[in-house]
Amino acid sequence: RLRYLIAGVPVAGILGGPFVANRTEPYVLGLPFILFWFVAWVVLTSVAMAAVYRLDPKNREPGD
Amino acid sequence: MTALIVTLGFVVLAVVLGLRARRGKDMNLDQWAVAGRGFGGLFVFLLMAGEIYTTFTFLGAPGWAYGKGAPALYIICYGAVAYLVSYWLLPAVWRFATRNNLHSQADFFVAKFDSPGLGVLVTLVGVIALVPYLVLQLRGLGLIMSEASYGHVSYPVAVVIGTSVLALYVTVSGVHGSAWTAVVKDGVVLVVVLALGIYLPWHYFGGVAPMFRAVNAARPGFLTLPSTGMSPSWFVSTVLLSALGFYMWPHPFSASYTARDERVFRRNAIVLPAYQLILLFVFFVGFAAVLVVPGLKGSDGDLSLLRITTATFDPWFVGVVGGAGVLTALVPGSLILTTAATMLAKNIYKLARPTASDASISLAAKLLVPLLALVALYLTFDGGGTIVSLLLVGYSIVTQLFPALLLSLSRRALVTRSGAVCGIVAGVAVVAVLTLSGLTLAGIAPWLPRSVTDLNVGVVALVVNLVVLVVVTLLTRRRGVLRSGATDAVSTS
Repeated sequence: RLRYLIAGVPVAGILGGPFVANRTEPYVLGLPFILFWFVAWVVLTSVAMAAVYRLDPKNREPGD
Repeated sequence: MTALIVTLGFVVLAVVLGLRARRGKDMNLDQWAVAGRGFGGLFVFLLMAGEIYTTFTFLGAPGWAYGKGAPALYIICYGAVAYLVSYWLLPAVWRFATRNNLHSQADFFVAKFDSPGLGVLVTLVGVIALVPYLVLQLRGLGLIMSEASYGHVSYPVAVVIGTSVLALYVTVSGVHGSAWTAVVKDGVVLVVVLALGIYLPWHYFGGVAPMFRAVNAARPGFLTLPSTGMSPSWFVSTVLLSALGFYMWPHPFSASYTARDERVFRRNAIVLPAYQLILLFVFFVGFAAVLVVPGLKGSDGDLSLLRITTATFDPWFVGVVGGAGVLTALVPGSLILTTAATMLAKNIYKLARPTASDASISLAAKLLVPLLALVALYLTFDGGGTIVSLLLVGYSIVTQLFPALLLSLSRRALVTRSGAVCGIVAGVAVVAVLTLSGLTLAGIAPWLPRSVTDLNVGVVALVVNLVVLVVVTLLTRRRGVLRSGATDAVSTS
């Protein structure tokens, strides 16, 4: 459940973006806010999946 | 002329790599279609990332940024969600495919539901969606090559050259050719896209932030989602639909069979979301072009990246951009040809000739490649608006395979053969009716709130698909028990 929860966070961030971040101001790292929002959550998707990978026992065998 | 020589250099490189890829291998169906299930992390990564960089990278993505503004951002969002889903989806698909020695997406459904007929249906759905996709790649290749050569190579000649190259190395090397060409393609495209996306905003505006401020001042509201049409509800439904449909396209689906280890997919799911952010630099080019090369109307907006490139750079670099663009057509194009030929040979030819040996199926698949290439070539020149219409619904069509596939992965039998068939047929029918008739949700039910009528029609079809699948599954199970004590064929995991 923890792995699904971790993976669900960036999905919620991406899908919630149009409703909570649909504006240009403030510009962050030179990007309009809506674009920055999506870029940040896409990067966090990779971070979240790295955490899921680490927690997944399937990714741990002797002699492998 | 310099640009043309550089671009043709990339074409020759693709041919040489594609043909050399078969060296030392007996090109039976297993090697030709799924590389003997022996690809490691890098090749599988590049085949999966192949869907990030298609001709859409050089035409559609900057064209959307140029013509539509903020709605174009859905492109970087759906990829991230799709790769996240792949962490769980692809290992399950790969395990079943490897255990049952499968070669095509249709094979998967045949084996899951013990139904060759369902294999025919999935093949037809796949090919109907794939051919327009291939035509789009060929049209893109023609546009890129003719623009990048400053018209020295005409559009028809460019398309014929590209199609010939494609048919040649796919027939000879199959998926091995795609993989080796993908190595060069991703390297070149990465350099070109980063160079364009960093240099152009700096050269014309002094940086990314000044560029966005200038665009926002010239086109107020362009950098946010509109309240109607491509609204937030359209955005979310399109991201979801595209993410679910991403691996339902037959070519990335069967490309997953090439892996030698299921951990490859889980590692890729970490890297790919961040990797596809390179597309952000393509958007920068499209947004820069809004003010640098204004006035491109309608589909001409797709030429924004090429127009701003030819207006800014020396011919040799334009040739490099053209070469990169050609490679973005060849890799997905070759995967599409390999996949479509394999499905037609294994799931239709084999059904018509049950005694056909593996060698004759392999030969049939290879002979189908030039035939499919000729069909695509004909439609490229004579397809008219129908191809565009079919392509627009391609994602909606292939996504109709998702409910049956997902439910078939459960350890418990959740869906019957009849349920799967009826669900897919109902979903595809809804997509076809809504698209070909031009009906929209707003037209059918104008009393619904705007947030509902803006939803992507593919989502509506998906809901109908799921409802029909569940109802028919319940009915066929009960009927089976009443009649003979045996249930309708259920999926096996």
